[in-house]
Amino acid sequence: MNQHVQQRDGYSQLAVDLLAKAKHSGATEADIIIADGETFSVQVRLGAVDRLTKAREKHLGLRVFVGKRSASTSTSDFSAESLNQLVAETCTLAKAVVEDQVSGLPAADQMAGEKLDLDLFDPTRLNTEQQIELAKRVEAAAMSTDERVTNSEGGDFDSSLGRVVLGNSHGFLGEYQSSSFSMSASPVATDPATGAMQRDSWYAVQRKFAKLDSPEAVGLEAARRTVRKLGARKVATRRVPVVFDPETAGSLMGNLCSAVSGYSLYKGASFLAGQLDKPLAPEYVTVYDDGRVVGGLGSRPFDGEGLPTRKTTVVERGVLKSYLLDTYSGRKLGLASTGNASRSVGENPSVGPTNFYLAPGTKAAQDIIKTVKQGLYVTDLIGFGINMVTGDYSRGASGFWIDGGELVYPVEEITIASNLKDMFAGMEMIGSDLVFRGRIASPTVKIAEMMVAGS
Amino acid sequence: MGELVQLTSFGLTEGEVIGALGRVKVRDVDYADLYFESCVSESVSMEESLVKRATKSVSQGVGVRATAGEKTGFAYSDELTKKDLELAADTARYIANSPSGDGAAVSVPVCQRPSRDLYPIERAQAEVATADRVSLLNAIDAEARRYDPRIKNVMASFNTEYKVVMVATSDGTLIGDVQPLSRLQVTCIAEEDGQHQAGSFGGGGRVGFEFYHEGDRYLGYAREAARVAILNLSAIETPAGVMPVVLGGGWPGILLHEAIGHGLEADFNRKKTSAFSQLLGKRVASDVCTIVDDGTLPGRRGSLNMDDEGTPTGRTVLIEHGILRGYITDKLNARLMGIPVTGNGRRESYQSVVLPRMTNTFMLAGVSDPEEIIRSVDRGLYAVSFGGGQVDITNGKFVFSASEAYLIEGGKVTRPVKGATLIGSGPEILTKVSMVGHDLKLDEGIGTCGKDGQSVPVGVGLPTIRIDEITVGGTQG
Repeated sequence: MNQHVQQRDGYSQLAVDLLAKAKHSGATEADIIIADGETFSVQVRLGAVDRLTKAREKHLGLRVFVGKRSASTSTSDFSAESLNQLVAETCTLAKAVVEDQVSGLPAADQMAGEKLDLDLFDPTRLNTEQQIELAKRVEAAAMSTDERVTNSEGGDFDSSLGRVVLGNSHGFLGEYQSSSFSMSASPVATDPATGAMQRDSWYAVQRKFAKLDSPEAVGLEAARRTVRKLGARKVATRRVPVVFDPETAGSLMGNLCSAVSGYSLYKGASFLAGQLDKPLAPEYVTVYDDGRVVGGLGSRPFDGEGLPTRKTTVVERGVLKSYLLDTYSGRKLGLASTGNASRSVGENPSVGPTNFYLAPGTKAAQDIIKTVKQGLYVTDLIGFGINMVTGDYSRGASGFWIDGGELVYPVEEITIASNLKDMFAGMEMIGSDLVFRGRIASPTVKIAEMMVAGS
Repeated sequence: MGELVQLTSFGLTEGEVIGALGRVKVRDVDYADLYFESCVSESVSMEESLVKRATKSVSQGVGVRATAGEKTGFAYSDELTKKDLELAADTARYIANSPSGDGAAVSVPVCQRPSRDLYPIERAQAEVATADRVSLLNAIDAEARRYDPRIKNVMASFNTEYKVVMVATSDGTLIGDVQPLSRLQVTCIAEEDGQHQAGSFGGGGRVGFEFYHEGDRYLGYAREAARVAILNLSAIETPAGVMPVVLGGGWPGILLHEAIGHGLEADFNRKKTSAFSQLLGKRVASDVCTIVDDGTLPGRRGSLNMDDEGTPTGRTVLIEHGILRGYITDKLNARLMGIPVTGNGRRESYQSVVLPRMTNTFMLAGVSDPEEIIRSVDRGLYAVSFGGGQVDITNGKFVFSASEAYLIEGGKVTRPVKGATLIGSGPEILTKVSMVGHDLKLDEGIGTCGKDGQSVPVGVGLPTIRIDEITVGGTQG
């Protein structure tokens, strides 16, 4: 414990020291992020340990401004000599690029103030044997429920904990700790008649160990999702209503999230450029990005620039009300940051979601499916066939055919195509089944019509 | 023999490396290795005619691995001290349930250099002055805007990576390699009547900076990105459904990577979870298809002198005249399956485990005239460039998405169509290849393959081919 505290204080001091050095090397402003953590991961396959991984890691990212010029660097080597060299190199790099009038840190009076505990950290430490046992249980549950489950890509258990220290030359110095626990099972089922195989998986992820679903519940769901794909066939090419399950509907929210990213917008690389305050979807569609959900997987007290996170209404009753912005992309668009700066070590600054979700409606998923005479229920999407500049959408899909309001048989090797603008405008129904399994989430969504290409 | 230069650059002695290897290679461990890596990545990027961002990233560390039967124990550390090495070794060998220091002998590694150098670039050549990168990007901006006034924004980035690796293995190898890699990428945004479109082009490889200047290659990238953006302004809706598709040469080889390549990676086949698991020696493609994975092509993005287990890369025939001939392997899967090691054991970094991965995957040239292949199609699609692709290994279904495609009407290439996703089944699609052109082309050097969350650079290649039928995910009925 003592050593832990000492090291933590050490990182704050390191940040302060390096900021001072940057100033000395000619930086007019600078910020620094230091992240470290421990990860553990075990995969079992057919009841035996397949892979066990354990590590500690640390990274440091430095961004300097020399007047209106800027550069970013990062390193995993914390030796004094290496860090001194890094500071000098960063300042040299910044002097080599051109001036950018809107570059710079956020205003000093905007920085996150009071220390905020979002309950992101669980000190529970599981030993190696306990974690192996959990991975074995999740796989065993997936393997034992149905005899058509014949093989396995494995059962996994992962845990990690980490800490972020962020400081800048305005004197801001913040830090928070977070943890994550997750498990998954990936069973393989074989069709007894044809020998054709199908694979699917299910997972649970939480910041608190105690909140995880039981391994048995996760394994059973993985088996259910896999076995139901057996006997999948193609369907004829036609235009029909499409119901997205919560996982695939979540990917549509991911697409929306990319389209409202400030960087895509000011570059003219998003189909939502210039659409602020214009209708995007029916009036029962509301989308939030909320960085302050207690215990949320995307929550954090401050963003990658030290600005306070907040709850942003992205789409309010069908109207696009806000983009996701950091200081730079906000200034480019003449808007204030929404506290969505994302700092991946070694990358240019960008914006990212916190907890981004479509507000739930009132209908059960079953009742939504019941409204479809002939159509598609999508459970899996593959490929990258989305043009964010135009919104054109064409992806590989699998799921179930809907006939007379019922799921009648599994389908695969088809594509679904439309344009994201038409898809958001065509959101006919929204389910009540919102569950967070990541930073981006959605309930079931019904889209009025898409082109399904099959046989 | 003699001292390996990498030992010095990692600040280690041969004795320290052998000591750590001995600590992990206990009696019940079949194989152990240490992978030391130091990597410097640099990027300069431009948008709105301003080169306004520069980044540099330094990482260094060691990955320690032990395998026993099917089990793998793995640990990594970003510190290279004796103490950190020992800690990682103790973690890695945990899976063997053996106490430390049980006296199993480690054969003393023999210092080696790879027997060839596919990318002989001196460090001085790999280090490009920031000012030179900046002027390259500025010239690209000017060229793309000169191409057509409808080009409203040009985004370009130049990325380099300089990786020094050293592998010490319990089967007696201590070997190092220096692996430079670079990529130049251009994206143009075109605007007309309020409509926007994008076009991208790029290239690279394990090449020096002069590569981009040969024949003004960098200006060619700018013009190509601009051309595709302008072309897509007039693209019409794509038809949906099953139709014949002609794939152009080069990058459309991503078809092979998704449809065939992943399914032939040994790990999925050892576990019998691949759609290709039972198909060795069987017909999976038409007679005209011969497909190889070749990591030995000089300067290519997917090439390596040795894989990340120290095995020299090679050329593996995957499909020969339509018959499935082989898998691509790493040491673990080759040992467990009793098949040859092909030099395909790769990892993203010291932080990731070795997996069997592709290098450069391509189809050998056939005999057909590319013009004749297009003429043979009455109504279909001609696709010449693609975004990305993905495959479900177990059921074999794969997709890849066109970014530049045209209708073929009456044997002629006519109007450009909007990008669309093509979907098919891996073990079936190549049986529908009826013509293979004599124009084999490798891609420009931009491919990155993702598997298990790990990204590695790869190459693909293809001659012009005709696929008699594949499902096209258009919007027009």
